[in-house]
Amino acid sequence: MLKQIEGSHAVAEVVALCRPHVISAYPITPQTHIVEDLAGLVGEGHLEAEFVNVESEFAAASVVLGASAAGARAYTTTTSQGLLLMNEVIYCIAGMRLPIVMTCANRAISAPLNIWNDQQDSMTVRDAGWIQLFAEDNQEAADLHMQAFKIAEQISVPVMVCMDGFILTHAFEPVDIPDQKEVDDFLPPFQPKAMLDPRWPRGMGLYADPRFYMETRYILHRTLEKSTEAIKQVSADFAKAFGRESGGLIKTYNLEGADVVIVSLGSVVGTIKDLIDQMREEGKKVGLLQITSYRPFPRKELYDALRDKMKIVVLEKCISLGRGGILATDVRWSFPRAEKKDRAISSFIGGLGGKNITQDELRLMVERVEKEPVELDFIGLNKEIIAERDL
Amino acid sequence: MIEIRIHGRGGQGNVAAAELLAIAAFKDGKFAQAFPSFGAERVGAPVMAFVRIDDKKIRLREEVRFPDYLIVQDQYLLDTVPVLDGLKPNGMVLINADKRPEELGLKTTATVETIPGTEIAIEIIGRPIPNAIMIGAFCSLTGLVSLEAVQQAIMEKFPGSVGKNNVAALERAHEIIQKRKEHA
Amino acid sequence: MIELSQEDLNRVEKKNLFASGHRACGGCGQALAARLVVDAAGENTIALMATGCLEIFSTPYPDPSWRIPFLHSLFENCAAVASGVEAAYKALKKGPVNIIAQGGDGGTADIGFQCISGMFERGHNVLYVCYDNEAYMNTGVQRSSFTPLGARTTTTPMGNRTRKKDLPQIAVDHRIPYVATATVDDYRDLQRKVKTALSIEGPKYLHILAPCPLGWGHPGDMTVMLCRLAKDTGLFPVFEVLHGKLMNVLKVPIKKPVEDYLKLQNRFRHLFKKGVPTATVAEIQEIADQNIERFNI
Repeated sequence: MLKQIEGSHAVAEVVALCRPHVISAYPITPQTHIVEDLAGLVGEGHLEAEFVNVESEFAAASVVLGASAAGARAYTTTTSQGLLLMNEVIYCIAGMRLPIVMTCANRAISAPLNIWNDQQDSMTVRDAGWIQLFAEDNQEAADLHMQAFKIAEQISVPVMVCMDGFILTHAFEPVDIPDQKEVDDFLPPFQPKAMLDPRWPRGMGLYADPRFYMETRYILHRTLEKSTEAIKQVSADFAKAFGRESGGLIKTYNLEGADVVIVSLGSVVGTIKDLIDQMREEGKKVGLLQITSYRPFPRKELYDALRDKMKIVVLEKCISLGRGGILATDVRWSFPRAEKKDRAISSFIGGLGGKNITQDELRLMVERVEKEPVELDFIGLNKEIIAERDL
Repeated sequence: MIEIRIHGRGGQGNVAAAELLAIAAFKDGKFAQAFPSFGAERVGAPVMAFVRIDDKKIRLREEVRFPDYLIVQDQYLLDTVPVLDGLKPNGMVLINADKRPEELGLKTTATVETIPGTEIAIEIIGRPIPNAIMIGAFCSLTGLVSLEAVQQAIMEKFPGSVGKNNVAALERAHEIIQKRKEHA
Repeated sequence: MIELSQEDLNRVEKKNLFASGHRACGGCGQALAARLVVDAAGENTIALMATGCLEIFSTPYPDPSWRIPFLHSLFENCAAVASGVEAAYKALKKGPVNIIAQGGDGGTADIGFQCISGMFERGHNVLYVCYDNEAYMNTGVQRSSFTPLGARTTTTPMGNRTRKKDLPQIAVDHRIPYVATATVDDYRDLQRKVKTALSIEGPKYLHILAPCPLGWGHPGDMTVMLCRLAKDTGLFPVFEVLHGKLMNVLKVPIKKPVEDYLKLQNRFRHLFKKGVPTATVAEIQEIADQNIERFNI
């Protein structure tokens, strides 16, 4: 049913429809409404699940780890500081191949303290062995959770659904929430591939010396690379079941004949699409390639889509301090070095700490890269509050 | 696409106002997007909320910088916050004030309308939360969303006597504006 | 209207080391408590604080309210950070200086529990002040281990089913030299306790009940009254424990039934059906009675 609903509420409703057995999450802005809604649904008897109110995110992640290991469909949600606090457990969950689903309500990282959106948090754990999917809008955010459980349980890899904090979590927009039967048809009950049970005495999280550790990492790496198949398949299954495109590896917009292509992820693609339409009317050919699956990184799909494009500009809300754009690095790596030496891939950072990204600023960005490549620059930087002696 | 910016103080129901307008537009068969611009929960601090209404899906994610309409839930914000920033020259600003527009001395080419939202709220709802009145006046002035849709939205979001009182306040505001139009 | 002379203004401004103009809600118990604590401690003080209401409303760049040096790191590590500051002063042979670590429910008893236990156990010369508003207020009123029995929060929508974690007792069990509880309505008592604590070497713990109008559901001008009722019902015992010995328990000759306290707060409204108390009220009365007996209030 189509509802005009807040992003967090949509996610909570859909997660509840996925019938998790155990939910454990610690409140942190801007994810709080998801936690509260789920607590309400369990408390009022609409969702039969154990809701474990914990003392920290580290505990929340540990609780869902234990629950999943014991054979339960487990869910948690966090952001920013919370994600960093549960960092150790994130790696543990992936290493143990537990199919946990988490919502990350992307938010900037302290210090200084900032509760607004950027994508630094999920980027910080990109190497941990989780699948990371980025939602464009609240419909996709809701849809990705259903797909996430299915993908995770199929290949035993945890999945993180990333949605921009405040911009999506607190945005009120139309979302189609499916009914229980539709979700049950799409997402069958959890069949654990391993679980803690006296009937099958097996250990999890063993001590692995140099003879064995690297091999487990190799297996995990190859599994993640191959997971592009599962991601694509589940997205196709979803389209068949629900009649709309959602998820997958990448999406493109107005790529045909585009002179400049913007590569980005998350909610900012909405603003970019409006700008592209505007510029097309003015006769300027700009296109968009949006990354939905950030991990595994869709290198092949990206290369196939952009092989003939000479001016590419990557826009992201995160940065590897001391190096530059994180997504930009991935994009640059996607093109073989020997080819097309006149291809320019520019890198722009914007929106850190929730700084508003406007169409005007994006337009300037496009106009700049039309003229010359930009190694690295920042959108909307207020140079007036930066003193020379700061640098 | 129409863009609306709502200014108020925490606790005056600014976010609820934005959501009600969005729900009403949705019921009228339009596409709507509403979102707040705020930080941690703090009563009394200046806050903003944004609404976009269109006949097609809304993809834009930036804050509303050039609103067609402004709703100001607290007249005392006029001195401390640049609420008029970006208002389109032929736009409209509706202010919760117990004064007439001319008395506010605002420098703008846009239309200025006022309504004593807090006073009416205290009378009908019993609390100084003016949002239902502001929305009622807004509907009446702009016709952007139907009054029926807002009434339904209020009853769905606020059950019981809270909802009824807010609907009554909404209708009072609507009446006031209608009367003004007739006399003009 | 009373006109203050420049001299008056200078005096007023100089006195408050926690300046006005911060962004707390009207009637905030924590803001009041922080001001009283810091004024009692004086200028020779370094303040540490955990993420929470206090930090958010008192340190926004570029207008922090603190007139003393302060540091905010994360939600869970305030006590550990304070330990580090103390260790530095020791190593550098600087000081003496008052080191006050401040946290709310979460920063003290939940996410910060590990660090406060460590600070107590290692014996750092730090005063830890906990502003107890009985839930995670900064993020929108979710339950904490300090949420009392029966209280409605957004994550205990049917009413909290656990009892308050007894952190003063846990502090005493760490064998630290001074533990005390206080409320924001009796500023003399609160400030005396701050000064007493700071005169003692080693870890000190001060637990202050700080009503939150938004989270508890009461008008801002009832903060003081609710503190009185919390004491008069026996729900919040006020006492000191000096070197393990209980002393200066605040006696209440005429006790009030817990209903008087509960009825004034929206977070307990569901405990009364058409004015008639549900079974949980009796459970809460039992807790009050246990406190009264235990402390001989």
